[in-house]
Amino acid sequence: MSQGRSGAEQRLVTPGMAIGPLSGMRVGSGAIIHNDEIIATKLGWVREFNGTISVDPINSPYLPRSGDLVIATVAEVRNNLWFMNINGSFQGLLPMSLAPWKVEFGHARQHMDIGDSALARVQEVDECHNVVLTMKGVGLRRLSQGAVVEVPVNHLDRIRGLNNSNLDRMKDVSDCRIIVGENGRVWIDGSEQGISWTREALNIAKKHGHKTDFDKIMSQHESNYVNKGDA
Amino acid sequence: MGGYGDIQLLREDGLRLDGRKLDESRPVTIQAGILPAADGSAMVTHGLNVAVAAVYGPMEAHPRKIQRQDRAVIDVRYNMAPFSTSDRIRPGFNRRSREISKVTAEALESVVLVERYPRSKIRVEIEILAAEAGTRCAGITAASVALADAGIPMRDMIVGVASGKIEDTVVLDLDKAEDNYGQADLPAGILPNTGEIAFLQMDGDLSPEEFDLAMEYNFKAAKEIHEIMVEALQSRYQGGDK
Repeated sequence: MSQGRSGAEQRLVTPGMAIGPLSGMRVGSGAIIHNDEIIATKLGWVREFNGTISVDPINSPYLPRSGDLVIATVAEVRNNLWFMNINGSFQGLLPMSLAPWKVEFGHARQHMDIGDSALARVQEVDECHNVVLTMKGVGLRRLSQGAVVEVPVNHLDRIRGLNNSNLDRMKDVSDCRIIVGENGRVWIDGSEQGISWTREALNIAKKHGHKTDFDKIMSQHESNYVNKGDA
Repeated sequence: MGGYGDIQLLREDGLRLDGRKLDESRPVTIQAGILPAADGSAMVTHGLNVAVAAVYGPMEAHPRKIQRQDRAVIDVRYNMAPFSTSDRIRPGFNRRSREISKVTAEALESVVLVERYPRSKIRVEIEILAAEAGTRCAGITAASVALADAGIPMRDMIVGVASGKIEDTVVLDLDKAEDNYGQADLPAGILPNTGEIAFLQMDGDLSPEEFDLAMEYNFKAAKEIHEIMVEALQSRYQGGDK
């Protein structure tokens, strides 16, 4: 029955597939215990780390957690709060008391209107998925320029790379400011050419970030950028 | 389903009209992730049936009166395309599609970990592009693969299978003629890993012995189709693009 576990090799499991016997292991996300066996609940790769078995899902919706840095867009404005789209199942609520400005009752729209983007942090998530956002904090602000690109949430790690290596590389080459939100949105600000190059680089990182020939593919993409710059 | 005595559905050599054995299923192919706009999708061909399923969500449940504070609701819409059969079907919901949507939703709710997403809705759209008996089973199988593709947590997948009775003989996976002129039909939604039954319907009459044999056939087919489902999901992501 241990269809999903074989030594150090990473295995792809589907929901309901037995990963292996419980035998003193802890169960992390993407798995449950059934009849002393660990069962996968998601399509993904089995990960065994520090005695915990979990499944890294291949496809996953964004589930907000307290402290997440997110790029949110205004979906609704009320007299004293904003409802923000955070690319999750539910909208986040940004009360005017947690905005970085002194907002008078009824004047919320003057600071941020529907469609505006902002860099915010998740303050609190309760058990019913109510999300409260805050914009009080260093660097949290309205994003009035640049471009926002959406990427799958489960690809964020490979976009960042080990110790942000991929991200730093993109910043160096494109000379753009890049902020990766935990909700699968990436803000890019810089020259038109830099933004365009970074968009493509994000696609490359998304598709090839985990492969051994990623460096080669990225170097090729970098040389394309230099050529365009010279032209 | 009452049986038509003068229509021959079994050949003299014991095989069925299309050459299948009694416990042989029609060929099944499954493709995962065929719709880029959906969070998860799948296409299942089961014989001449073609079912496409798309999954969206979890999202905030609207209207609010359908929200459940402790779990997600699964909103299934099963529809047959007007061109799916030889006689054109009038577009839109009808009594049959409502019934199938309801039983499919209830079957899926039994495997999806709905308590993980309170107040949410998971929308499942099943479109039958071509029909040849057994569309609800093909639809459930497609929906199950699409849910897995969307990353929705489930304790197992569901496989839609059916057996029935023709000429007083129990057979697996009825085709159109067998469904129209046979004596009984027993569609089931089976959880292949746990062996549980998520839904079961019966049209016509089966004796207890015939019922047991039909379910034995169903479980056998469920195992076979489950392997194809797993292969479809794994082949999408194995080989580089993990």
